[in-house]
Amino acid sequence: MNVLLRTENVVKRFGGLVAVNQVSFELYEGEILGLIGPNGAGKTTLFNCINGIYRPEEGRIFFRGTDITGWSPSRLAHMGMARTFQIVRPLAELTVRENVMVGAAFGEKRLPLSQTARVADEVLAFLGLADRADQLAGSLNVAQKKRLELARALASQPRLLLLDEVLAGLNPTEVDEMVETIRRIREQGITILMIEHVMRAIMNLSDRILVLDFGELIAEGTPEEIAQNERVIKAYLGDPKLAQRFALEE
Amino acid sequence: MKRSLWTLFLPVLVVLAVGLYPLLTQQDVHRETSFTLLRAVALAASLNIILGFTGYVSFGHVVFYGLGGYVAFYLVAEKGWPFWSAVLMGGLAAALLAFLIGAGILRLRGAYFALVTIGVNEAMKAFIYNFQPFGGPVGLTMNFAVYKAYGGPRAVLWMTYHWLFVVTLIVVAVSYWIRVSKFGLGLLSIREDEDAAEVMGVRTSWFKTWAFTLSAFFPGLVGAIFFFRNASIEPHDAFPLHVSIESIVMVMLGGQGTVIGPILGSIGYQWMRVFLLTNRLLKNIQLAVAGGLLLLIVLFIPAGLVGWLRRRFPATRRFLL
Repeated sequence: MNVLLRTENVVKRFGGLVAVNQVSFELYEGEILGLIGPNGAGKTTLFNCINGIYRPEEGRIFFRGTDITGWSPSRLAHMGMARTFQIVRPLAELTVRENVMVGAAFGEKRLPLSQTARVADEVLAFLGLADRADQLAGSLNVAQKKRLELARALASQPRLLLLDEVLAGLNPTEVDEMVETIRRIREQGITILMIEHVMRAIMNLSDRILVLDFGELIAEGTPEEIAQNERVIKAYLGDPKLAQRFALEE
Repeated sequence: MKRSLWTLFLPVLVVLAVGLYPLLTQQDVHRETSFTLLRAVALAASLNIILGFTGYVSFGHVVFYGLGGYVAFYLVAEKGWPFWSAVLMGGLAAALLAFLIGAGILRLRGAYFALVTIGVNEAMKAFIYNFQPFGGPVGLTMNFAVYKAYGGPRAVLWMTYHWLFVVTLIVVAVSYWIRVSKFGLGLLSIREDEDAAEVMGVRTSWFKTWAFTLSAFFPGLVGAIFFFRNASIEPHDAFPLHVSIESIVMVMLGGQGTVIGPILGSIGYQWMRVFLLTNRLLKNIQLAVAGGLLLLIVLFIPAGLVGWLRRRFPATRRFLL
């Protein structure tokens, strides 16, 4: 299997706080890799390092075999990396279609404007936003804005898609729809790295899962392995033996 | 939604109507009115490229008008260059200044950018004040013999009018092109969310610098044309901050980020200005009214007249751009 993305000992500090500490992992072409961890574990910071928003203090990042450490986000977009934001960032005063056209026009393919409208309409149809195409993006509801984020990223026909909590804030039906959508995106041959808090979904979708806690990678493995991993359970729930000990003491 | 060709025809028709009227009547007074209107339209429409399309409030934009005026005036009056090449150099000088400072100051956002552009204008004024080749505080005056080559002062008034008319049409055409081009889509995405645009692959610094350069080029041309016909130029006239503010009001009034908005805004504002200046009670507070107007626009119709129409009546989007 080909390695699409590789990080080597990536470190990102904010003053005294080490937000990402010595994180190394590999992402293979065609896989869905989940990234989980408690709040503040450094997941989004790691995304921001991969995607060029932050420059890591130490370590290297390789994408498609090239050292991309410190590259600008736009340059990475031209190489085929796309992402969605945890807090949606619609281009509010532009129409939904124009939002998606931006993704298509400035991604790796850099399509001429005349072709981007067609690509945008295809992607919007795929994500069920076709009837909203002429609406201003700011007027969408949260679930629709989440899908718009995804549509913009997809319109660039990326090789790697970074999804930052696309399921957060959705109701159970919407979650199921989105999970199905993500599966279909992978079937198109797009590699996905996703941060998610909705466990049922991430356990279902991911081929492998990485777990971050206090900036460090504490576990890596298949969903089954992660679910059984003691350090992971501890990170999420505290000490699993604690309850037993309390019971014994009584 | 299919965009009607009226989105281009309407702005062009408005400018043609204003520009052709004096050519038909051949009246000096009509020519002077239309000159003032066209100058306002050209300045507002070019400011709109950085302010409306890109979302950066260039508060000291008049610096490009003044610099273009000075460079062209100097070349014609002191170096004997032909008018057309001096005008072009005036525009290029303004564009070059924007290109050079743009790379640095376009990293600043919001109020910080606005403040720095005021600083650039004041710094340029102070520099010219002490720059002897440009006449320092006294400025430069045109030897009327220069006008002879163009058929005398009266012919110059008409010639410069024709030039301004053409430049204004070009500014409007360029505005339209930007709005419907891929370059423009990049600028609009920067206006809406610069970080998101960068992540989507828009090379934001490159886009911003070129938008700023383009929006400085045309005021340079306009300044060159205006001061040539004015026959004199001095620092106080070349870099008046209130002209900058009035341009912002004109863009905001009509609708920033639209093609026709700054045109209608300029005409509306100039009409109001004439009304105020000819009113005995109000003539001294004309600028205060402009300030008050800006406040009201920002509070109640931040999208301007055209923006408000487009939002309130979506059907108008087909032909209003």
